[in-house]
Amino acid sequence: MIRVKLPGHLRKLAQVDGEVELEVDGQPTQRLVLDALEARYPVLRGTIRDRETQQRRAFVRFFACEEDLSHESPDAPLPDPVAKGAEPFLIVGAMAGG
Amino acid sequence: MSGVRVLVGTRKGAFILTSDGKREQWDVSGPHFAGWELYHVKGSPADPNRLYASQSGGWFGQVMQRSDDGGTTWEPVGNEFNYEGETGTHQWFDGSQRPWEFKRVWHLEPSPTDPDTVYAGVEDAALFRTVDGGQTWQELPGLRTHESGPSWQPGAGGMCLHTILLDPQDAQRMFIAISAAGVFRTDDGGKTWRPANRGLQSEGIPDPDAEVGHCVHNLAMHPSRPNVLFMQKHWDVMRSDDGAESWREISGNLPTDFGFPIDVHAHEPDTIYVVPIKSDMEHFVPDGKLRVYRSRTGGDEWEPLTNGLPQSNCYVNVLRDAMAVDSLDSCGVYFGTTGGQVYASADAGDNWTAIVRDLPSVLSVEVQTLP
Repeated sequence: MIRVKLPGHLRKLAQVDGEVELEVDGQPTQRLVLDALEARYPVLRGTIRDRETQQRRAFVRFFACEEDLSHESPDAPLPDPVAKGAEPFLIVGAMAGG
Repeated sequence: MSGVRVLVGTRKGAFILTSDGKREQWDVSGPHFAGWELYHVKGSPADPNRLYASQSGGWFGQVMQRSDDGGTTWEPVGNEFNYEGETGTHQWFDGSQRPWEFKRVWHLEPSPTDPDTVYAGVEDAALFRTVDGGQTWQELPGLRTHESGPSWQPGAGGMCLHTILLDPQDAQRMFIAISAAGVFRTDDGGKTWRPANRGLQSEGIPDPDAEVGHCVHNLAMHPSRPNVLFMQKHWDVMRSDDGAESWREISGNLPTDFGFPIDVHAHEPDTIYVVPIKSDMEHFVPDGKLRVYRSRTGGDEWEPLTNGLPQSNCYVNVLRDAMAVDSLDSCGVYFGTTGGQVYASADAGDNWTAIVRDLPSVLSVEVQTLP
């Protein structure tokens, strides 16, 4: 089970409170987690990554275990504590401007 | 009793202002979609309870919203705007070529007859349409792939398709405007387009009377007279009497002919409104005075309307989609400012009052006249 923490705007859009819990088949990666997230909440398609290219939107960041994973390959395995559900995968609106 | 519903898009959410036909007492609801930019909110003329809203932001991109109950509840609909076929390139500020890239929906134009059909003008400039109430959007690619496309370039606000006029007497005919490419017209429902900028003169482009490249800010048409179009250009207020085949300047005695919105009185096709702005370098009203200018002669002769508007220390702007008229017997005129005020006049502009004063910066104002 993967725990995903969404930023406030996206929690509201997806109509969820708190963390989202997702099941991912096999070794979890950013891509698989986002695929599962978008499958459960289609309204989030296009808000985190481009629908066509699957590129992360410029002002979205992925954090976990106190690390910035934004620039990791989307197909790299997520850290063990995330894969085991001990730590959440954080989707964050980047601090930009005022 | 009849009434009005004013749909206000702001930098931080949407607001809905409602009143009865007297337009004296107002209910304010919102913010809807708090924290997001609402470039445009517009209702279907065929079903006033059907509203569409363009919700966007730098972080999470574009979301489209639809209401079937006049804005009480909303439901996210499709937000997939894919350019059709080869994307191609357009000109960038430095003269280089950039690929077309979808950024946001600027303007929504619902069909006059079908609540499920809406046109959407987007940045980077292209025209999309839904025929299923917003669930899916398809591009009408004939516009973007016009042979002049590679020469289009962004205005300061982005390369946006911001104005869509549907000819109420000919469903095949539409006019659109793009900053900074200019006006295009279709006579075959959007399959093919041609530039419609003859008569425009723009300093700041290499060829001042070029066929394309003009920074048109807004267009307006009275539904009874679709061959007569009014234009607020970057500089110059213009008029066409032949369906945009040609344009002539009608700036007349305006204190400055820079501005963004232009609109037409609901019952007097030759009564038009603009809000002069000091210059393209100083995007606020001249002399600290907020003045709407009205022409009752279809242009050239203009009178300032100031009653109820601040006449000192006012430095707001009024953006291109932030003015609208209702169609009650005594035509109401509405506009919103970058300072967050929404002003209303229930007597065609003679007297103004602020419905609200402290909203976020206003991006768009539309009004629905309710039975």
